[in-house]
Amino acid sequence: MRVTVVGAGVAGLVAAIELAERGAEVEVLERGARLGERACAWAAGGMIAPWCEAEAGEAEVAELGAEALAWWPRQIAEVAVEGTLAVASRRDQADLKRFARLTERHEWADAARIAELEPDLAGRFERGLFYVEEAHVNPREALPALLRRLEALGGRVRFGVEAAPEQIDADAVVDCRGFAARTDLPELRGVRGEMILLRTAEISLRRSIRLLHPRIALYVVPRAENLFMVGATAIESASRAGVSARSAVELINAAYALHPAFGEAEIVELCADVRPAFPDNLPRVERVGRVVRVNGLYRNGFLLSPAFARLAADAVFDMTETSHETDRQRRIA
Amino acid sequence: MDDALTFYGTEIRSRLLLGTAQYPSPQVLADAVRAAAPDIVTVSLRRESGRLREGQDFWGLIRGLGARVLPNTAGCHSVKEAVTTAQMAREVFGTPWVKLEVIGDADTLQPDVFGLVEAAKILSEDGFEVFPYTTADLVVAEKLLEAGCKVLMPWGAPIGTGMGLNDVYALRSLRAHFPDVPLVVDAGIGKPSHAAAAMELGYDAILLNTAVAKAGDPVMIARAFAQAIEAGRAGYLAGPIEPRDMAAPSTPVFGRASFA
Repeated sequence: MRVTVVGAGVAGLVAAIELAERGAEVEVLERGARLGERACAWAAGGMIAPWCEAEAGEAEVAELGAEALAWWPRQIAEVAVEGTLAVASRRDQADLKRFARLTERHEWADAARIAELEPDLAGRFERGLFYVEEAHVNPREALPALLRRLEALGGRVRFGVEAAPEQIDADAVVDCRGFAARTDLPELRGVRGEMILLRTAEISLRRSIRLLHPRIALYVVPRAENLFMVGATAIESASRAGVSARSAVELINAAYALHPAFGEAEIVELCADVRPAFPDNLPRVERVGRVVRVNGLYRNGFLLSPAFARLAADAVFDMTETSHETDRQRRIA
Repeated sequence: MDDALTFYGTEIRSRLLLGTAQYPSPQVLADAVRAAAPDIVTVSLRRESGRLREGQDFWGLIRGLGARVLPNTAGCHSVKEAVTTAQMAREVFGTPWVKLEVIGDADTLQPDVFGLVEAAKILSEDGFEVFPYTTADLVVAEKLLEAGCKVLMPWGAPIGTGMGLNDVYALRSLRAHFPDVPLVVDAGIGKPSHAAAAMELGYDAILLNTAVAKAGDPVMIARAFAQAIEAGRAGYLAGPIEPRDMAAPSTPVFGRASFA
């Protein structure tokens, strides 16, 4: 079976691997000239945090996201399974309690435990929540690793090709274009996200840290070479314009509150992009004829792409039995 | 029974005004709006999205909720910012209404009442119908009315704290001083009982956001708030009994059979 995947972002590459593993002959078409150039995944935090993400969403996020914790280490080596630590300043303890109430699979960490987990945060926070099972990847390592994995499975990616899914000659087409598919998915909206990449050798962190705050929720994901990804805003806008001064101030302020060393860090990059989201902020798999659309991964591209790749592959292989049938379906589980 | 509430000549049926920020998703927001059935929803306009005209998808969703939109100037720290944001909001939403916020302190989000009065005057003269987010200060309230406001929105407690009515005395005296001005408790409400208590003081309406958006089940609590506000209003109108020190038997004591 010949399957064409449109879009080599995280959703497209993960779907391509899933299809190739299940025996399909897979080709990925990507409009960008190189990997990550036009993918919002390139600007992502890369957190695989099903329990933390359940705070903002539905129970399905945790359920489907849990699949990702098994999927990623099976496919690529570049996965850090170090857990997530959520902390809040003394005056924002109510936010920590709320976070604990709305999430599962965490342990309360006191000051001593926080110091043990992250020595550089010692003495800065009295309480935190530790999600031991969660993981993170660096998207700029993970996407190339996915590409290599796909190629090892016999698939390939063609760059610089813009294609309308309906017009592609293949047995099945999986449309993973993200926000670019908006004309075909009128309910899709863009949610702008901004992030900052900082470099400092003064501190080191092992895991993603979430700083809870009533207005500015922040996370810091450590990366190799003293880099820290600080994110992310969520603004109801589809603008890809550069990071606003206000957002930069808010993100840097919050990072500074996490640790003053971030105040001295070098700003390596400021980056803004647009996440595709449906009104319920949950992804959808939808099939029209031989086109299967996966979209709306919102802020959970790395977390939910494995589960939605599985659902997309189910729909593709289902086609062999029900070919020519046109059905529209929204599937969450 | 005729129990009309009027803001700037517009008759309002629901006494709950709902904010649209911080919900887990637009879908949950829409469900909460359906559950609480407010006539008015507030929406904040980030100035950068206003300038770029790129928050359109979300604003479309807001308009689709079927409620009247009250744009706000949330997050503005100066008169100039607030006035600019209000003008932008009037253009985007096509309404002269604006909930005016001028924040004076970043930690408590306490209104800068001096800036508030100044901005209210500028906007009222420019044809806006201003809903000022203010403290429960009586003198500030006077100045806002002088500036052209015909609705006042004192806080119950600082925004997002959920502490309820921090200064019942001040709220009560505001009500007593301005019996004919629509008064809305805006900010600080956490539980339905807080909203009911404000309505029992004779307040005309309640504006909520965080208490709904950040609750474990926003839709369920939205409904609970609508019920509490209705109950509080009815409780106020019905004329509750005066509290007293000694028990007053609820069954007659005279004429009872005596078995002694």
